[in-house]
Amino acid sequence: MSVLSKLEETLICLKAGRVTLAYPAQAEATPENFRGRPIFDATKCVGCAGCANNCPAREILVFDLCQEIRILQYLGRRCTYCGRCADVCPEKAITMSREFENATNRIADMGQKLDLFMSTCQRCGRCFKGAAALDELKMKGYRSDDIAHERWVYGAHSFMESEPAADDIQIELD
Amino acid sequence: MWKNLCEKMFGRSLWVYHANSGGCNGCDIEVLNVLTPYYDVERFGIKLVGSPRHADVMLCQGPAMRSTGQALKRAYEAMPAPKLVFAIGSCACGGGVWFDSYSVLGPVEKVVPVNYYIPGCPPRPEAIIYGVAVALGLVDKKVAPVEFKQVEFPIPIYHPGDLRRENGMVVYEKVERV
Repeated sequence: MSVLSKLEETLICLKAGRVTLAYPAQAEATPENFRGRPIFDATKCVGCAGCANNCPAREILVFDLCQEIRILQYLGRRCTYCGRCADVCPEKAITMSREFENATNRIADMGQKLDLFMSTCQRCGRCFKGAAALDELKMKGYRSDDIAHERWVYGAHSFMESEPAADDIQIELD
Repeated sequence: MWKNLCEKMFGRSLWVYHANSGGCNGCDIEVLNVLTPYYDVERFGIKLVGSPRHADVMLCQGPAMRSTGQALKRAYEAMPAPKLVFAIGSCACGGGVWFDSYSVLGPVEKVVPVNYYIPGCPPRPEAIIYGVAVALGLVDKKVAPVEFKQVEFPIPIYHPGDLRRENGMVVYEKVERV
């Protein structure tokens, strides 16, 4: 009797088949509403910096190189893929792609950097710039995120690519 | 020959230690999902161990926080020498949305050196398997930095260094035509 039950169990086990997904060889399609890495389209972007103002992780940095060139930099490292930048974009220049295979050994690989040409007002050719640094902060759509002085934006080494990251903070071990 | 066979078969079997230093448990659930029969990373020889002293790889989730930074560092120091650290999720890669909070020190790479980053909030189980496969050398990484540059400047550039104040007006001394 017990032998028969064991045989029956074996049969059940053989009938069960395999459920394991052979992932790197064979992929499963992502769901329709899956939000992956945002893709920035430089040809559509008008440089309004609405995405930078609405990013909860303060992930998109905007700064003006000169009067005509605005640089929009997406760091990609602490993006939570909330899709708010794609929602707020008036020109639909940001699309949330469905790619998720973003593993990398350099986090700078996730970054996207756009140089945008901003045309100036033809009246005088000069934009208004505030007298003090605080006035710049009050201007709508303008973020003074200076990448060269990224230390001031974040106050830590590990956010900068040039600086070694580990042991940024001294922790004493007992 | 037996030794060669063993090295070939067990050479890349990573034993992972799962360290959460203050995340929201979203990435933990995805990591445990990877160990389920559906995704089954044990076919790569990956095994979850309970102690950092047995581990080759530390999977970090959550940012390094003021309260857990020391414990994370101690767990890293306790691992035997050829060791890898994976940062899983946005919090471990870059600090997450709370990167400037008072209790968050920042990404885990501030405390321990990170070898591989798996961004996502949380990353899909496939993304974690993909990161492990990148580390094992089974697949190549897909992402590359994107840079869009303007090559032509239709109108002259004004350098701030060339600005000169004169009688309450700003004068551009040099106009560069490109």
